[in-house]
Amino acid sequence: MAKVKNSYHKIKSRDNILDYILLIVFLFIILLTVYPFLNVLAISFNDPIDTMRNINFIIPRKFTVSNYVYVFEKNHLITPLLLSVARTLIGTLAGVICTAMLAYVLSRKDFYFNKLFTVLFVITMYVSGGLVPEYLLIMRTLKLGNNFLVYIIPGLIWVYNIILIRSFIDGLPIALQEAARVDGANDFTIWWKIVLPLCKPVLATVALFVAVGQWNSFMDTYLYAKDLPTLQYVLYEIMEKAQMKIDPHSAAQQTKNTISPLSVRMAITIIATVPILIVYPFLQKYFVGGMTVGAVKD
Amino acid sequence: MKAKSKEKIIKQKFSLQLMWKQRYLLMMSVPFVIWLIVFKYVPLWGWTMAFQEVKPKTFAQPVWERKFVGFDNFIKAFSDRLFGQTMINTIGLSILGIALGTIMAILFALMLNEICFNRFKKVTQTISYLPHFVSWVVIASIAKMALNDGGMIDTLFGRNLNLMSTNSPLFWVVVCLINIWKEMGWDAIVYLSAMAGIDQGLYEAAKVDGATRLQRIWHITLPGIKPTVVVLLIMSIGSALNVGMERQMLLSNAIVQDHAMVLSWFAYVRGIGTSNYGLGTAIGMFQSLVGILLLFLANKIAGWLGESKLI
Repeated sequence: MAKVKNSYHKIKSRDNILDYILLIVFLFIILLTVYPFLNVLAISFNDPIDTMRNINFIIPRKFTVSNYVYVFEKNHLITPLLLSVARTLIGTLAGVICTAMLAYVLSRKDFYFNKLFTVLFVITMYVSGGLVPEYLLIMRTLKLGNNFLVYIIPGLIWVYNIILIRSFIDGLPIALQEAARVDGANDFTIWWKIVLPLCKPVLATVALFVAVGQWNSFMDTYLYAKDLPTLQYVLYEIMEKAQMKIDPHSAAQQTKNTISPLSVRMAITIIATVPILIVYPFLQKYFVGGMTVGAVKD
Repeated sequence: MKAKSKEKIIKQKFSLQLMWKQRYLLMMSVPFVIWLIVFKYVPLWGWTMAFQEVKPKTFAQPVWERKFVGFDNFIKAFSDRLFGQTMINTIGLSILGIALGTIMAILFALMLNEICFNRFKKVTQTISYLPHFVSWVVIASIAKMALNDGGMIDTLFGRNLNLMSTNSPLFWVVVCLINIWKEMGWDAIVYLSAMAGIDQGLYEAAKVDGATRLQRIWHITLPGIKPTVVVLLIMSIGSALNVGMERQMLLSNAIVQDHAMVLSWFAYVRGIGTSNYGLGTAIGMFQSLVGILLLFLANKIAGWLGESKLI
């Protein structure tokens, strides 16, 4: 494969003006993608009054951590941060285990209800009741409003992830399972002791999908649990407040306190992004792997 | 031998003995099926509300005791003063998003496929799908900082461009560009893997025949990824009306509200904002059904044009 690719590149590299044009285009794309993030980072570490002069910079002109100190002292960010972390950890753990368990059962062709259950799950990929019935179910019927469980249970399993794990299990040698069965292991033990350890790569992919989804989730807080604000929701609230025209008096006061809403917002933006950035470079290969597996198997 | 065992599996008869044999499998799946029925099928049953008058007070009543109003909720939705503009916004945003998004993703994938600096290619690709993993709230926060009056872009150009404060379809373009900024790299992955599947011999043959690089792209690469493009287009046409409420709500503001409202958001505003559950359900049901219709239609058209179909 690598050899073929090399020869293809040899073919291409003959007329190489295009390559340098592409190089410049790519540098531009990188700049366009990275600059806004660096800008936000710089503003969050810059002196708020200095920021008002001109907001286009990527190196803090007057370095300060006062924005972050302010955010944690005045905005009560500790609880939202803990909630975000808790829902990400618990939601991911529960989601991955449940999805893997179900995917294993649905990979067992000898299971009597295999077809029926698979169809039931797949249908929901195409048809959904819509926002209002779901809202009523969660808020009125189940009374899960402002309950931490609303972050975990309604989105517990994604059908797409079941398909991902199941197609991975289908690719494993069946002989291992059969050997375990001969040794007297029951189906649960086979799943837990044999299948699950072999599924580590695909479980990593799914865990990351779910974790990113949990960390980034905003709509469920907005709809169901405004009393349990997560980091994303706090950022949204601050954005909404900034949108309302600030009357001159309070603006003057804000200047006196040497904190501008923009600096505060940028500090929270960074806090809400950093976990993604930390996880990202190490594990992005799993994402891409999962993405193409899904595309091929669909 | 193999065929025989397969036959045996298919012809399994229901028996308590079999259920007992598969009790672990049942225990490992039935709870999730119950979860599925509660969280996915009960809301579907909720579609009955679309034909009833359901307000907070009458919600607790069983279905048969509520007042049936036929298609009243649908008529009310279609004659709503916001409905026309909402439909235009939804369709406008979809068409712009699908067209621009697909073209940009394919272009980007083509460029990645062509460039020879391998290390550099990897770095660009890795950076390009970073925004995909960042939440819409964060993106909105950055976008508002950059595009609001007096923001980064205005400062850069030295004049007020009113990007986020013009009450016109310009807002659709702004939203689509932000969406492309966020998703282009990620969307390109599928096209790139389709390009990797093209027979390399074709390129060598074309080279021997004296085809230029652009000719090779035009006559080999693009036809090679056409099936992938068609499948993805059919799927995105199927979800053309499902423009996400989250993105619209986060990026909009009071000034551009008229051009930011989309169907799902409209269902929320009418259904939950003003507590007319029946009306909100009707709007959501309309969106779902038209979506399915569009999916089949796009699939049919692809079939007529002799393209690979999705279903």
